[in-house]
Amino acid sequence: MPSLKDLKNRIESVKSTRKITKAMQMVAAAKLRRAQEAAEAARPYAERFNGVMASLAASVGDSDSAPRLLAGTGKSDVQLLVVMTSERGLCGGFNTNIVKLAKTHAEKLQAEGKTVKILTVGKKGREQLKRDYGDLFVGHVDLSEVKRIGYGNAQDIARDVLARFDGGEFDVATIFYAQFRSVIAQIPTAQQIIPAAYESEGSDDAGESTLYDYEPDEEAILADLLPRGVATQIFAALLENGASEQGARMSAMDNATRNAGEMIDKLTIEYNRSRQAVITNELIEIISGAEAL
Amino acid sequence: MADTMQFDLVSPERRLLSTEATSVQIPGADGDLTAMPNHAPLITTLRPGILTVETAKGSEQFVVTGGFAEIGESLSVLAEKALPREDVDQATYEALVDEAHRIYQQTKETAEDPGLVDDAVKLLQDMVAVGSHIGLDPKQPSI
Repeated sequence: MPSLKDLKNRIESVKSTRKITKAMQMVAAAKLRRAQEAAEAARPYAERFNGVMASLAASVGDSDSAPRLLAGTGKSDVQLLVVMTSERGLCGGFNTNIVKLAKTHAEKLQAEGKTVKILTVGKKGREQLKRDYGDLFVGHVDLSEVKRIGYGNAQDIARDVLARFDGGEFDVATIFYAQFRSVIAQIPTAQQIIPAAYESEGSDDAGESTLYDYEPDEEAILADLLPRGVATQIFAALLENGASEQGARMSAMDNATRNAGEMIDKLTIEYNRSRQAVITNELIEIISGAEAL
Repeated sequence: MADTMQFDLVSPERRLLSTEATSVQIPGADGDLTAMPNHAPLITTLRPGILTVETAKGSEQFVVTGGFAEIGESLSVLAEKALPREDVDQATYEALVDEAHRIYQQTKETAEDPGLVDDAVKLLQDMVAVGSHIGLDPKQPSI
């Protein structure tokens, strides 16, 4: 049985843990709001962009001269997986879920006899993937110095990916990130970015009723816009991921705070019990001592 | 006939302006153009330049570095980077020119396709032209 002093120490230490997790939860909540605003602010651009791309892709997409970024290389032998995770831990199952999805994907592709290459964004995912897939790594993007994710970061990643594509290093690229639904639900998602798959739903109605003039011609615009599309999609994914990470951290820290509270209650009860036991013992000793006289 | 149209200027990071405009001057890749209400539907790419928005309340100017514009029922400009003109000071501008210069150098060394180098040269020249237009010194030889 632990002594009173031990119990007291443990209660103190759990209390300071609770303070830390509580503080982290509040920081995550503040950051989450900012991350959500950033994701919100980026949405109009992405939506319009996709709308225009969809109508462009629909008009050029089927011709033989369609750019490779849209039509693909005609093969799918070499697959590049871009796994986006966070730079910091203590965010529940956030990184694990993304990594798990990427792993299943990689296994499936390998079973089909395809070559898998992995590009990691964020330190945590890299650490988790290293053991099983370390030899498949082709690169890593470090965002730990970045305080606020900007379009520039996405452009850098996109440039890297596009350079590899132009160099013929892979045929298909897929990004892995967590979509933000709510504080308790972040959905790990796989999205193919090269060749680009632009959903033409919705814009179909608008796109076909309006016949656009193109200046310069459609193909020149498409060639100019497709690389931007890659950057835009990566940027959207980074922002979603940022919000998801903070959301996951917030709920993880909320749980930790609650668990610490429960632990403190339990320890306090134990502490009081043993304190009473000590008093009772002392009383018995005094009484039996008096009786012996 | 409507004498104003909905105008949106968005960059990947945020929406810069959403307003009713009477006319908008766009630095298109093939030359400047002015969009007024009921303009024929058009999609054009942008070159670095100055975008001028005329509204009922006056005009506003933005420095844009690229992107594209979609003219339809409403006008949307999706700029790669867009800054209100008054926010562009010497330092910001130099950073933009440096970036263009860097791209040019990089393309010159790596690209086999002369078309790509030409594009980079044009980007740089456009960027330098923006500076002389708003009275800032690029401090770089144009080529």
